[in-house]
Amino acid sequence: MSFILRRLAFYVVAAWVAITLNFFIPRAVPGNPVQTILSKYPDLTPQAYKALSQMIGGALQHGSLWSQYTAYLSDVFHFNFGTDLASFPTPVSTILDQAIPWTLILVGTATVIAFLLGTVLGILAGWRHGGWLDRVLPVLMFFQAAPYFFVALILVYFFALKGGWLPSAQGYSAEDVSPGWTWAFISNAVEHAILPAGTIVLTSVAGWMLQMRNVMITTISEDYVVAAQAKGLSQSRIVYTYAARNALLPQLQGFGLALGFVVSGAVVMEIVFSYPGIGYNLVQAVGAKDFPLMQALFLVITFAVLIANLLVDVIIVLFDPRARTREAR
Amino acid sequence: MSIWRNLPLRAKIGVFLFGFFALVAIFGPIFEPFNPGFENQDPKFSLNPPSLHHLLGTTQLGEDVFSQVLTGTRLTFEVSLLVGLIATVLSVLIGVSAAYLGGIWDDLLSLLTNVFLVIPALPLLIVLLGYLSNQGQTPTIIVLAGLGWPWGARVIRAQTLTIRNRDFIAASRETGEPTWRIIIFEIIPNEVSLIAANFVNTVLYALGASVALAFIGIANLTSFSLGVVLYWAQSGNALQSGDWWWWIPAGLVIALMGTSLVLLNSGIDEIGNPRLRASHETGRIGGHRIWTTDPTPVLSQLTAPRGKVGQFAYSFSRSSLLDQAAAKNQANGATVAPTKTPTGGEIL
Repeated sequence: MSFILRRLAFYVVAAWVAITLNFFIPRAVPGNPVQTILSKYPDLTPQAYKALSQMIGGALQHGSLWSQYTAYLSDVFHFNFGTDLASFPTPVSTILDQAIPWTLILVGTATVIAFLLGTVLGILAGWRHGGWLDRVLPVLMFFQAAPYFFVALILVYFFALKGGWLPSAQGYSAEDVSPGWTWAFISNAVEHAILPAGTIVLTSVAGWMLQMRNVMITTISEDYVVAAQAKGLSQSRIVYTYAARNALLPQLQGFGLALGFVVSGAVVMEIVFSYPGIGYNLVQAVGAKDFPLMQALFLVITFAVLIANLLVDVIIVLFDPRARTREAR
Repeated sequence: MSIWRNLPLRAKIGVFLFGFFALVAIFGPIFEPFNPGFENQDPKFSLNPPSLHHLLGTTQLGEDVFSQVLTGTRLTFEVSLLVGLIATVLSVLIGVSAAYLGGIWDDLLSLLTNVFLVIPALPLLIVLLGYLSNQGQTPTIIVLAGLGWPWGARVIRAQTLTIRNRDFIAASRETGEPTWRIIIFEIIPNEVSLIAANFVNTVLYALGASVALAFIGIANLTSFSLGVVLYWAQSGNALQSGDWWWWIPAGLVIALMGTSLVLLNSGIDEIGNPRLRASHETGRIGGHRIWTTDPTPVLSQLTAPRGKVGQFAYSFSRSSLLDQAAAKNQANGATVAPTKTPTGGEIL
């Protein structure tokens, strides 16, 4: 348990750094963000202005920097992110509530699919090192190197616009169905999610595959694998229970770290699909100079990545006996 | 030269691709037929498909896409390399000093590294540059470099920790070399390959991030980097109206540039870890693929019966002739020493 607790402490520190950055960035940048907002939204009510200056600093904010900081921390702690500017007077947290499920389900599912697929392909490519999977690898590397949004554009062009098989934008067709736990809505949403999810899988599968392949190749030449072969165990037993299981630990650790990259790519990809998630809202907010929303979204993304990392740590402890015994000691 | 010969094919392709884009970035803009920002007001020139006059067609405003891609290649290449360079210097500085100074410094710098490793970089970039928007290229480069160092710092710290305890470092410390001299002349030269790999990785990160930022409009939208070209194509609905020449070339250049870096990196990996070398080194015995992961084959497995088509094809090969001769000799009871290893046993 102490390992998990130590990781938890680390993530709390990371979250605190993110919150602190979020507090100081608008106060440290050259120019006056509040002035920018006022010129963009001239008919801002005094109330909104007060809420705004609490989030990003400004003339109406009284007290020392320290008291502003503690007030800010308590706001974040209570999930109070102020009022949205572009759609005043909606609280930012309402917009977050609407956007989070879309991204969470889409990116979560697609990432898990890509990870599992890439790991299995990596096991096969490492085992049959030099086989046909190795020859496919450069093609996958192309997709790995291509920006997420470019792959998304290509998929939309061929599958939605040329082929007409799948919808090209939005999270669901608003004119046909309304959100709710109905079969019609869910199937409609899944249909809309295929291309965005496909983009994530296509661009991230090569990374998982390459990493798993390389670890597999190193693991396979270990003595215990040779011993298993000498015992005459079946192929699948050697591959999956002897080699792959041991190669999985670095793969899982890499998963936690690579998550940030996947989320970053997905953020931009949502623009292409006008997908009603976190990334789309973030970019809209930047364009509209809607700074409170922008900052809240950054915190949400960061927290999501940190929580996912903690989950990965738990999985590592559950799956890897070496980590477990280290726990017991 | 022997390094080049030992380089895996994939890495060679990567080097050539990268070199090609470097040449385009340096000399490309000289061959631009038009100024990339020149708008031809004549509606006749709006959204022309590729032709001899406009090799990659024109945009909605009558700008020449080919010229934009050439300029874009240079700008994007510049930013990526510059960011890669600065971030690599930062990661060497932080990684080496964390490992070499040790103690509380190591703890603090490692914590900083790990924290910035888990905080997703692009959203933070978006927030930072959202406040600094429309201030040109310089803030973008500084912010990109300022967030691009943690990966490298982590790897370099680990490597420095192992080097630090070697004898030659202890020797130079005993001879009274100052710390900065040990770091610059003893430690860093031993990490060149690691630093190179890290540089390639960081350039890849900078390429992806700078293009993504420009695509969502956080960049100087009047200078045509590749991301900006894509931004205008997206906001001009190039995708929906089927004007593929407006966005595919720029996207393809980015993707291929990135691919060249990934290929280079996997090549560097294979030099460092020869086990990763691919197929052409795995053996073939008697037409049978010998997987490195399988137990050494027994002779009888090698002469396994061929299928019908295989038998037919085999009858044309030279080794079948030799086999027949050997079989004949044996039938005649001749005790001639076999000229060859048993059937099909030569290693191709």
